Amino acid sequence: MTPPTSIPPMGQRAKLLDMSNVDKVFNGNVVALKDMNLTVNQGDFISLLGPSGCGKSTALRLISGLMRPTSGHIAWDGGMKTGDLGVVFQEPTLMPWATVEENVWLPFRLRGKSLRDVQDEIMWALKMVGLEKFQRAYPRELSGGMKMRVSIARSLVTEPRLILMDEPFAALDEITRHKLNNDLLELREKLKCTVIFVTHSVFESVFLSDRIVVMAARPGRVSSEVTVDAPYPRTEEFRTSADYAELCRKASDALHAAMNEHGARASA
Amino acid sequence: MSTTDMNTALVVDEEELRYARAQKREKIAKWVLPVVVIALAIFLWDRLVVWNEIPHYILPGPGLVLKTLVQDWGMLSSALLVTLKITLAALAVAVIGGVGLAILFTQSRYFEMSFYPFAVILQVTPVVSIAPLIFIYVDNRLAALLLCAWIVAFFPILSNTTLGLNSTDHNLRDLYKIYGATRWQRLRYLQLPTALPYFLGGLRIAGGLSLIGAVVAEYVAGTGGIGSGLAFRILEAGYRLNIPRMFAALLLIAATGVVIFTAASLLSHALLHKWHESAIKRES
Repeated sequence: MTPPTSIPPMGQRAKLLDMSNVDKVFNGNVVALKDMNLTVNQGDFISLLGPSGCGKSTALRLISGLMRPTSGHIAWDGGMKTGDLGVVFQEPTLMPWATVEENVWLPFRLRGKSLRDVQDEIMWALKMVGLEKFQRAYPRELSGGMKMRVSIARSLVTEPRLILMDEPFAALDEITRHKLNNDLLELREKLKCTVIFVTHSVFESVFLSDRIVVMAARPGRVSSEVTVDAPYPRTEEFRTSADYAELCRKASDALHAAMNEHGARASA
Repeated sequence: MSTTDMNTALVVDEEELRYARAQKREKIAKWVLPVVVIALAIFLWDRLVVWNEIPHYILPGPGLVLKTLVQDWGMLSSALLVTLKITLAALAVAVIGGVGLAILFTQSRYFEMSFYPFAVILQVTPVVSIAPLIFIYVDNRLAALLLCAWIVAFFPILSNTTLGLNSTDHNLRDLYKIYGATRWQRLRYLQLPTALPYFLGGLRIAGGLSLIGAVVAEYVAGTGGIGSGLAFRILEAGYRLNIPRMFAALLLIAATGVVIFTAASLLSHALLHKWHESAIKRES
């Protein structure tokens, strides 16, 4: 629980993970992801932005180890252990029969640790998302945004080296979504964590990330990368600034270019 | 969404008052109406017998049935105990067998493919048609009765629990995989809790069925000897045209069924009320 004092500027960050020439083919002929190359550095906040079918979720499933690439390699710096990875899905994905603290306990429970042993870690993670008073509540007693916070706390509790978020706020209303975006950035400042965030919202990706990887569909692939060089911490003021509007335009152009661009096998 | 905090909201306008009154009325009616209807039915039954001067060997009045119940309590209560023992033992074995088999089914697709048809055949064949064979092959009468009741009761538990074990949230399954859960951990922490509401639904059905199975098996078994249950007492009383005793025994069987169903419902509520949708009361 002692993160480095600050995230170094881009270009000076240590490497965390390398995806090189990764292909994923389903059923022998559906190319979900083609020749993806991505280097993730410690402290990066990367958004994967693209239309549906561009392989964003496939990329996450490959990184999380739920699927193996058809060809190519994914290599973690220093190898990957369970607990190195935290995952947040589009739905809160909580166990309804378990209380908030029991849900957050899950990663430790599966390693054979008792609830009492990791009480401090659990309370720390709940405090991080502002839910320390709800440890004994059941998920059904919480609002959609609060459930998502529990889900985030669960992903943080092992202090993972990388957090994968698959459109976590897509199902929430705009007000809650903005609040959670702000809180997520605050968390990142505190924990100096590395995040890969899948979204199809240009605005969300610009607000959150320092790198936007724009992806194209059919076959799913990386089209371009947009660097968001606005400084952190980013607040509500940033959301209404001219810089933000300009960056959104840049990302939006890149996304449109990706959608119009013809892939190697686009018409096949 | 929280429902707990909303109960304390102040009742302010006319509409809400009306709503609150309607709620209260409904709560009372839920208990009062069935009681009134049953009492009315018993009263009508009594009047029908008295007004038409129906002899008790054709249709006894409710008073006579109750009197017989008290009079024959010694014999009937021991018969009730026998039926109850077989019913509960069959239910217990059905729970163990049904859940155990369901767990095996979800652990191995091939096992399920091999044995599921077997379970279906056992289920769709009427127990009355298998029972005579069972009584030929199984010497121990109690064991034979138990087997009959079990055949009837275990299938809803098996099929419901299997469905439940296979209904886990796919994202949670992924999460378990990412965190390196073992098969056993996944079963214990994820699949069994997911299956619990399904299992309890099956239990409610199986409770009634095990009673039916026990009663039907007794009919088929016929002659009593040691340990005669309620069904045998009904048969015996029928031969002797002791209609009031038939009614008294019938009353006990019906009451047993109600008690089993209520117990299963209470158990279900106790286990689920904290988290499952089926047990959560909603406003409006």
